[in-house]
Amino acid sequence: MTAVCAADNIISPLGWTTEENIAAVLAGRSALMPHEWAFGLTEPFVASLVDRTAVSERFGADAGMYTVFEQMCILSIREAVSAAGIDASSAALVLSTTKANVDSLGTPHYVPPADSAARIAAAVGVALPPLVVSNACISGVCAQIEAKRILAGGKVPAVIVCGCDVQSRFIVSGFQSFKALSPQECRPFDASRCGLNLGEAAATVVYVAKDRTQSGGWILRSGAVRNDANHISGPSRTGEGSYRALRHVTAGIAVEDLAFISAHGTATPYNDEMESIAIERAGLLGVPVNSFKGYYGHTMGAAGVLECILSMHAFDRGLIPATRGFGTLGVSRPVDVSAAVRDVPPRARGFVKLISGFGGCNAAALFLKGGE
Amino acid sequence: MASVNVMRKVEISSDAVSVDGVALPVCGSGEAMLDWIYRTHVGGYPKYHKMDLLCKLGFIASELLLAGEDGRFVPRDDRAVILFNRTGSQCDDLRYLSTITEGEGYFPSPAVFVYTLPNIVTGEIAIRNKYYGETSFYLISGPDTGMMLELAGQAMDCGGVSSALTGWVECPGEDKLECMMMLAEKTVNFAD
Repeated sequence: MTAVCAADNIISPLGWTTEENIAAVLAGRSALMPHEWAFGLTEPFVASLVDRTAVSERFGADAGMYTVFEQMCILSIREAVSAAGIDASSAALVLSTTKANVDSLGTPHYVPPADSAARIAAAVGVALPPLVVSNACISGVCAQIEAKRILAGGKVPAVIVCGCDVQSRFIVSGFQSFKALSPQECRPFDASRCGLNLGEAAATVVYVAKDRTQSGGWILRSGAVRNDANHISGPSRTGEGSYRALRHVTAGIAVEDLAFISAHGTATPYNDEMESIAIERAGLLGVPVNSFKGYYGHTMGAAGVLECILSMHAFDRGLIPATRGFGTLGVSRPVDVSAAVRDVPPRARGFVKLISGFGGCNAAALFLKGGE
Repeated sequence: MASVNVMRKVEISSDAVSVDGVALPVCGSGEAMLDWIYRTHVGGYPKYHKMDLLCKLGFIASELLLAGEDGRFVPRDDRAVILFNRTGSQCDDLRYLSTITEGEGYFPSPAVFVYTLPNIVTGEIAIRNKYYGETSFYLISGPDTGMMLELAGQAMDCGGVSSALTGWVECPGEDKLECMMMLAEKTVNFAD
């Protein structure tokens, strides 16, 4: 049995559906905007933020019972579950988030993440206890790897994976204190890149167990999580964990099989350089590389789910997404990044998602289209 | 499918510690107790003093669990670190929150902010022991040992993982410690 993508949804400032989001990305539209005095912060920042009023209106009458984080998760899950045609009551739910409801921490209304997951599960009709992956920025890829493992266990027919984070004074001030934010729209892999932008999104993918020979859809073929064992907040200079994760998921796969690598590409000087080293060490310099951060910023717990969904849908249109903000290569290894949309080569069968985060963690996943 | 055997187990509460069910005499409670264990049973690892309470708790549990293991500190990627709790990094989150109040109290510290992610403790254990394998942190409603061993077992079924540090590491507030960490190994069951 294997994990096959049955349906998905993306809620972001670029749209309420995957269709709206992929159309915006392929048209080069970005949700990054300058924000002054947002969250009461004196230092301005550039970010991709959802309209909370629009989320509540779309949610409807019960919006007041749920936090913004919960509303976004529930809306996204309902869309994906409906499109997949699965019975949520027999499915498992894996949530991916780094900070969940931290915007209300310290108030009487604060709901810890595991409790919030239970409220979301109840709202969407999932009966099994939900699991929350809290593995920093790689959580969205980890959650999909966990979904594959749950399906391999054979106890549930479907797993709903939802990644979501909302921005707040807490998170933005922390990244500002780290001097990690770019004062302009971020420029992944570019020579003048100087930091990341933060973003908000909810992204859901529903995986179902299917026989390998039957499936015609997207298969999560292989996933790996590896640690740098080097530093809790800085990437490894040798790209150790990312290299090891890439090596694991691409074993037995030819470079020509891969349309592209969807990199983390946060546009911090160290991250993009580290990824270029890991890609070279894994023997994948011949594979085109892209980053979605110029459209959405870093959506944290949503990123790993959001970027895999966008990659699947771009591939289905025969296209390699452009790296918005990229101009001149500014990493030490000659990775193949482009500011233009490119065609998927005819031999390509899928793509690789690469991601890394605080705690020295890295993850890679191989997605193949239409069987193995 | 592999079955999972628990080889060793360490339990830590706010004022008591046991290793494989045998009480370890300790001094003090909460963070002071962890610091005492560090000085008495670990030592020589200055990074310990930078850690937040959740990391200190997980680190001390892993040290007691792994003390005396053959071949320790030899780089490896076949051991996973898969830990669980309910409130994430809430203890450090509250500490960071107190540094970003409106007005004159606004002084966000990157050294505090970095610990506002619960998986940092898995990274600290990986760095200490040179583990290049999987590190994961999950949030669940309570310390369900069966569920924790099931997830660790799933990781061991994925190839390349032969053992895991797994269990519950929770620190919902200052000096509230809950920890049950296990060293679990995979044994291939030929009957399957």
